[in-house]
Amino acid sequence: MLTVATGNKAVAAAVKAVRPDVIAAYPITPQTEIVEQIAEYVTAGEMDSRYIPVESEHSAMAACVGASITGARTFTATSSHGLAYMHEMVNWAAGARLPIVMANVNRAMGPGWNVWAEHTDAFQERDTGWLQVYVSTVQEAYDTTLMAFRIAEHQDVILPVMVNLDGFLLSHSMQSLETVTLGDFVPPFHLPHAIDIANPAGYGTLTGPDQHFKFRWEIEQSMRKSVAVIRETEQDFAGRFGRNYGVAEEYRYEDADVVVIAMGTLGKEAEVAVDILRDEGVRAGSLRVRWFRPFPDLDLSGRELVVIDRDYSFGFGGVLAHSLVAKSRVEPYSVIAGLGGQEVTYDDIAGFVRDRKPGQESWFGVNGNV
Amino acid sequence: MTEIPKEEYILKCTSACAGCPSSLILRYVLKAAGPDTVLVVPACCTSVIQGIYPNTAMNVPVYNVAFAAAAACASGMSEAFSKAGKKTNVIVYAGDGGTVDIGIQALSGAFERETDFLYICYDNEAYGNTGMQRSGSTPIGARTTTTPGGKIHAKKDIDAIVAAHHPTYLATACAAYPQDLFKKVQKALSLPGSKFLHVLAPCPPGWRFSSEKTVAMGKLAVRSGIWILFEREYGKVTINGPSKAALVKPAPLEEYLAGQGRFKGIDQNAIDALKSQAAARALHLQREAEGIC
Repeated sequence: MLTVATGNKAVAAAVKAVRPDVIAAYPITPQTEIVEQIAEYVTAGEMDSRYIPVESEHSAMAACVGASITGARTFTATSSHGLAYMHEMVNWAAGARLPIVMANVNRAMGPGWNVWAEHTDAFQERDTGWLQVYVSTVQEAYDTTLMAFRIAEHQDVILPVMVNLDGFLLSHSMQSLETVTLGDFVPPFHLPHAIDIANPAGYGTLTGPDQHFKFRWEIEQSMRKSVAVIRETEQDFAGRFGRNYGVAEEYRYEDADVVVIAMGTLGKEAEVAVDILRDEGVRAGSLRVRWFRPFPDLDLSGRELVVIDRDYSFGFGGVLAHSLVAKSRVEPYSVIAGLGGQEVTYDDIAGFVRDRKPGQESWFGVNGNV
Repeated sequence: MTEIPKEEYILKCTSACAGCPSSLILRYVLKAAGPDTVLVVPACCTSVIQGIYPNTAMNVPVYNVAFAAAAACASGMSEAFSKAGKKTNVIVYAGDGGTVDIGIQALSGAFERETDFLYICYDNEAYGNTGMQRSGSTPIGARTTTTPGGKIHAKKDIDAIVAAHHPTYLATACAAYPQDLFKKVQKALSLPGSKFLHVLAPCPPGWRFSSEKTVAMGKLAVRSGIWILFEREYGKVTINGPSKAALVKPAPLEEYLAGQGRFKGIDQNAIDALKSQAAARALHLQREAEGIC
């Protein structure tokens, strides 16, 4: 069905379609609309889920953990400080191998209070064992939330998935949305280590170095296997519903000499910049990294790269740029832009490309470089 | 006499200290609860007592969870079991630090939501697992490793805090009175909604008394009136047998204090404070039991 929705409402609609057993909810700007919309669905009887209005984000993830270990399907949503506050339980969810799905509406961390888009909140959780995906449109937020449940619950994965969407730029933007009739795309699942009263087990008991090491390795093995599960899920999704994304979305990439790489809405904005540059005779293309964990293996050889980070790791650099430096052995022009919701237009992005300085870093609007 | 089932749900391979009240309490809790039970355990002595992976000394499923998270985790579990049509008991078994300090936010939220579960705080009045640091439940005058001169602030009244959430059932118990404990667990699990059980756990290494005296120390706590056994069922207060007698003619508090190394060198002001707090508490509970307040 064709409709119009915000990014937040699209996530809520997808959650409704997969019918989780338990939802834990705590408000935070700019995510609140997701848990409000789900509350409306549950109250109206359109969703047969248990809705737990918890008293903090730490408890939101703890409630999801407690529900998930019984074999229940669970969902929560958060943003920024909420994600940081639940950090301990974010680790717990992955370490306990629980296929919880969470929407994180990317927002800057304080101080000062800033409610606008930045990716630093989610990047601070990148080493927890969660799969992370970043979306760029309302439709993609919906589609990816559906896929997230299937990927998390796949027997080769059994890890939590975080669906990231940019605060306000996407969470509150109205775009067209084609909802689907889900069918068996997200089938019922079996949690192999679910609590079984007939076979009592200790969960999370004291664990020595050798066993702990083994458990960490198992998480990494599942993370590696998830690459094929993501690919297969996206292909099946494309076959059934006609929309295809991939681990990274290419735009006029094939013959491009210079490629803009970004995540989230900036990655979509880059496509317009590419068109502008092509009109000027620059053979530009773009690559929007969707899956950040597992991080994609990208063949970027023979191209000039302009990487835009809506984040920063102090004392180090742009997280996306340096992930690509490490993984793909490239020397990009690293642009730090859009922190705290700073406005970055397609014209600005075209400017980054025109003024690129390979191997250097520039802070948009700060260095006077652009 | 109450019939206590012969079934054991704590096997004979725990790593508890000699004379441990926590495992004694849990033994009776699980006998009362039976096999269709899941324990949710935040960081506390019981995290260690149950043994090291891949072994466990517990014969019911135990979900260990982060320090502050027990009540919230139990909320999710309780809802999930209920959604699946299961009547499994969800019991949080937490120490005093995990209850009155770091876990109090989750505890408050779960009780406000009338989560269907039993929350048991076994209270040894300090952070035992980390080697006896003060908690909000440590009484005035008690020496811990972080209050080497004796604690200067009063024990937090967690029962009053939980009572303010108007739970279905709230009771105190003591490791030295297993029949009373057993009956209270059974009663709590027979009732809907949120239930709270606060159990005094006299801890030999923490309180510094010899390990064969756990039960004697618990009895002295009740007889001196510093620990009062009572129940609050749908708000109605009943003071239980052993405490009823103790409140008429309490044993000297000095006897209870003198038996514990943690109170060595306690000054008279601290003793007076402990006595006046115990007396005020007894009076308040008696008036509540009589329906006066």
